[in-house]
Amino acid sequence: MAASKLRRVQARAEAARPYADRMAEVLTEVASRSTGTRNPFLTRRDVKKRLMILVSADRGLAGGLNVNAFRAALGYIRQGPDTVLVTIGRKGRDYFRRLGVSIIADVSQTGDRPELKDILPAITVARDEYLNGNIDQIALLHTHFVSVAKQEPRVSILVPVEVPERKEGVRVDYLYEPEPEEVLASLLPRYVEAQVYAAVLDNLASFYAAQMIAMRNATDNAGELITDLTLLRNKVRQATITKELSEIVGGAEALAAG
Amino acid sequence: MADKLHVDIVTVEGRRYRGDADFVLAPGSEGELGVLPRHVPLLTPLAPGTVKVRNDGEELFFFVGGGFLEVRPDQVTVLADAAERAEDIDEARAEEARRRAESLLQQKLSDADQAAASASLARAEARLRLAELRRRRRV
Repeated sequence: MAASKLRRVQARAEAARPYADRMAEVLTEVASRSTGTRNPFLTRRDVKKRLMILVSADRGLAGGLNVNAFRAALGYIRQGPDTVLVTIGRKGRDYFRRLGVSIIADVSQTGDRPELKDILPAITVARDEYLNGNIDQIALLHTHFVSVAKQEPRVSILVPVEVPERKEGVRVDYLYEPEPEEVLASLLPRYVEAQVYAAVLDNLASFYAAQMIAMRNATDNAGELITDLTLLRNKVRQATITKELSEIVGGAEALAAG
Repeated sequence: MADKLHVDIVTVEGRRYRGDADFVLAPGSEGELGVLPRHVPLLTPLAPGTVKVRNDGEELFFFVGGGFLEVRPDQVTVLADAAERAEDIDEARAEEARRRAESLLQQKLSDADQAAASASLARAEARLRLAELRRRRRV
């Protein structure tokens, strides 16, 4: 079950690649043309208050997946200025609500085929908070899929946007319509959205992998337990039979002697 | 081989089209934009509308819900917010979306809600226009 779902979500993550790659390339080009920009998405300011978009699973039974992510989130929250949360995923929402951390928006139960429009409300809230100046930085936490056996929580700074490094190759001198500054302004929000969407898919792949391992461990443990219990049952039965036999034999001998 | 454009239409959810073309027409935010091979490199936002791809006399139509157009001399990339083949458009849903947006716009709205409703109306109308065009032309 989890294995086929893992394959499916990996295929979706793969499908999202061409857009993300192209977006990064274009952003690099445009940003290099508009140096000295005053676009808020690229402008660093003193961080007095922070927001974290916390991506977690909707369900448990996935080993240490969620707990590890929460530990990483707590580490981030405890060191540094005040943090408010926007949660994507039920487990994270429930956990941090119990802890009393302020959650200003939540999107949960996006299922195993999340689309961008499902998570867009969460991103919009975070972005508006940033543009209104209520917060000075947006971080993103999700669990990165390394392999089926390994998934690790990752914190990255989403906004202000770190423009990707230029890859080797020829620079393209675009004609911009309208001005580069305006193109940049409509490019950046979409770049941020694509990052969060990729993180949600990555997190989902981690969840299925962790669930697969957790289930296999549970099956193995149950198998061992069954072996032990069967052995115990046989021993007990043997002991009972032996005891009964010796009683009968003892009784018979007593009669014969009498 | 004659000059061709390599066309890629991608959304965040996946690739919608990939192929060669002689000509691409796209709804640039500053106006309709026709691209032939060896076009100068260009980058522009897109408005909701129709992207037309012509190859060897055959024409394909796509709805795009906005996004970006990146042109290089031998390549056109559409980074679309949403993209559908003309024949995949759900007309009933678009009609429903148009009605909803129109009734929303009748009310007093905040600036952000107003902008969202107008955008949604523009998308629905672009979808319906393309669906209508397809019926007439039987593409």
